[in-house]
Amino acid sequence: MSTVSTVTTTTRPPSGTDGGGRTVDPAKMFNRLCATCMTLFALIWLVPFVWAIATSLRSDGAITEHPTSLFAGGWSLHAYRYAWDNYPIGSWYLNSLVISALSVVFTVVLCSMAAFALVFLRFRGRAAILALVTAGLMLPSEALVLPQFIEYRSLHLLGTYWALVLPYAVAPVSVFVFHAFFRGIPMPLIEAARIDGASWWRVYATVAMPMCRPAAATVAILTFITSWNAFLWPLLVLNQTKAQTIPVGLSSLVSPSNIQYAEVMASSVLGFLPLVAVFLVFQRQIVQGIATTGIR
Amino acid sequence: MTTVASTRPASTPSRPAALDHRTPSSERRAGLLLSAPFVLVYLVFVIGPLLIGVVVSLFNTTTVKSGLGEWVGLSNYTKVCADPLFWQAMWHSVLFTLFTTPPLVVLALVFAVLAARIRRGRVFYRIAFFAPYVVPSSVVALIFLWIYTPQVGLAPKFFHAVGLPVPDFIGSTSGGWTAVVLMTLWWTFGFNFVLYTAAIQDVPSDVYEAAAIDGAGPWQQIRFITVPLLGRTTSLVLILQILASLKVFDQIYLLLGGGPDQSTRPVIEYIYDTGFTSYRGGYGAAATLIYFAVIVAISAVWYGLRRWRATRAAA
Repeated sequence: MSTVSTVTTTTRPPSGTDGGGRTVDPAKMFNRLCATCMTLFALIWLVPFVWAIATSLRSDGAITEHPTSLFAGGWSLHAYRYAWDNYPIGSWYLNSLVISALSVVFTVVLCSMAAFALVFLRFRGRAAILALVTAGLMLPSEALVLPQFIEYRSLHLLGTYWALVLPYAVAPVSVFVFHAFFRGIPMPLIEAARIDGASWWRVYATVAMPMCRPAAATVAILTFITSWNAFLWPLLVLNQTKAQTIPVGLSSLVSPSNIQYAEVMASSVLGFLPLVAVFLVFQRQIVQGIATTGIR
Repeated sequence: MTTVASTRPASTPSRPAALDHRTPSSERRAGLLLSAPFVLVYLVFVIGPLLIGVVVSLFNTTTVKSGLGEWVGLSNYTKVCADPLFWQAMWHSVLFTLFTTPPLVVLALVFAVLAARIRRGRVFYRIAFFAPYVVPSSVVALIFLWIYTPQVGLAPKFFHAVGLPVPDFIGSTSGGWTAVVLMTLWWTFGFNFVLYTAAIQDVPSDVYEAAAIDGAGPWQQIRFITVPLLGRTTSLVLILQILASLKVFDQIYLLLGGGPDQSTRPVIEYIYDTGFTSYRGGYGAAATLIYFAVIVAISAVWYGLRRWRATRAAA
């Protein structure tokens, strides 16, 4: 603060703020410039989405003839029918949905239980678990796919939903989200429930969990997105085409020699629509969740 | 004891701090039972792969059949260290980090600072910048491959219209890097933007009001208030970005396949190739652990520096 005031008084522009009514306010001008720049960049950021959707509605012939004129050749949904009929997009959706839903359920249950115990209960090994989870935040577990693969193969879990649910079900970050939230619950509330004769399980299930719905929502949404978008691990684990998830299944279409532009873009639109829809509905929670888990 | 505790407001002393012999056994049992499922799954499926990696790296295990194979001691490690392809792959990961970290951190800071000055349209910026982040990597690759297509794609048309030489986005090494970096910028930019935006919102508005009364213009407010107060956030964004960039796989694998001629292959793809194309499990595990140690070392150094700074600031 002190540096701010000294610096600004010495470098104060001669016109100052007193003439704001007569001339154009420089601060306002600056803000207007910001708004223009930002809007421009935001529109640029939307171009790939728009381009993909526009391409998916055209015909391949018209695309190669007039690549940049979006309306040449007319629009149709033909490419979507082709993509749906030729690739098992339906089963990919189903797999992604089942895997993400299971991951969400397991993550919320396991991580909230552990966080509840860490915050409210005294037991042997509590400090060790806390240290383990903190260390887990720094472990780059994605780097360990090879030994992970060897372990899952020896446990005969390859090709099963479990192989894709278990690694995401115990994210240390999720424990910390619940941990931070439970710490905000007043201890007397928990003790009052105990005096009323509730078991610890009941306190967890009927007192603590209903109160931490925002934390559960954050964890659920972020786990859903991470699990839905996972690529390398599902690529290794799922080798049957029909058993694949949306990202892995669609990756088989990535090839520079694939010139069915409209069909490929229709598949990409089908690939990003569900998640963009989830994002648009929950954008406030998602962004807040990212901010809190990242900044902590 | 409980009545005393319940009459006073929630504070740290009422939290269970340490285990003492008065702790009722029901509480101890509940603690163990509630944390057991998490701990079990965590140990088996998160710590497990690490330990298995250490063991397997000492044998010439293959990934096609089960069993450890023959004990080979540390020879996997010496072979990995002597393999120029491994160090090339490491260098490609580092190169990718050097290409992506500065723009992703600096642009995110600039955009977040500018966006904070605008009252209307914040939701629009958030949606525009963050939406790509929730799209799966293979879909991003599909869209960008189409944008980069020679002759008919959007990017060659744009480069041509602006008068720049059109790089061979998929067929050449420098064009490949350009393609991957631009795609990554579009895909992950929103994450850093959101982190910075949240940090800026934490700066109390009366600081700006006081500065405005002192006559600070918008540029001075940004230069002397916002940016200095974002120091901690920048350090966090920087390390998260470095770690994320060093773990690059999806973009390069999908768009370029590590090519042309393995000239962009990152280290995770090297591990993938040795483990799942050449089936050399033990060798791949040794490479994994060397790479793993590098990542852990970087985060440990960052964590240590942060601690050291915090204690110095407190002293």
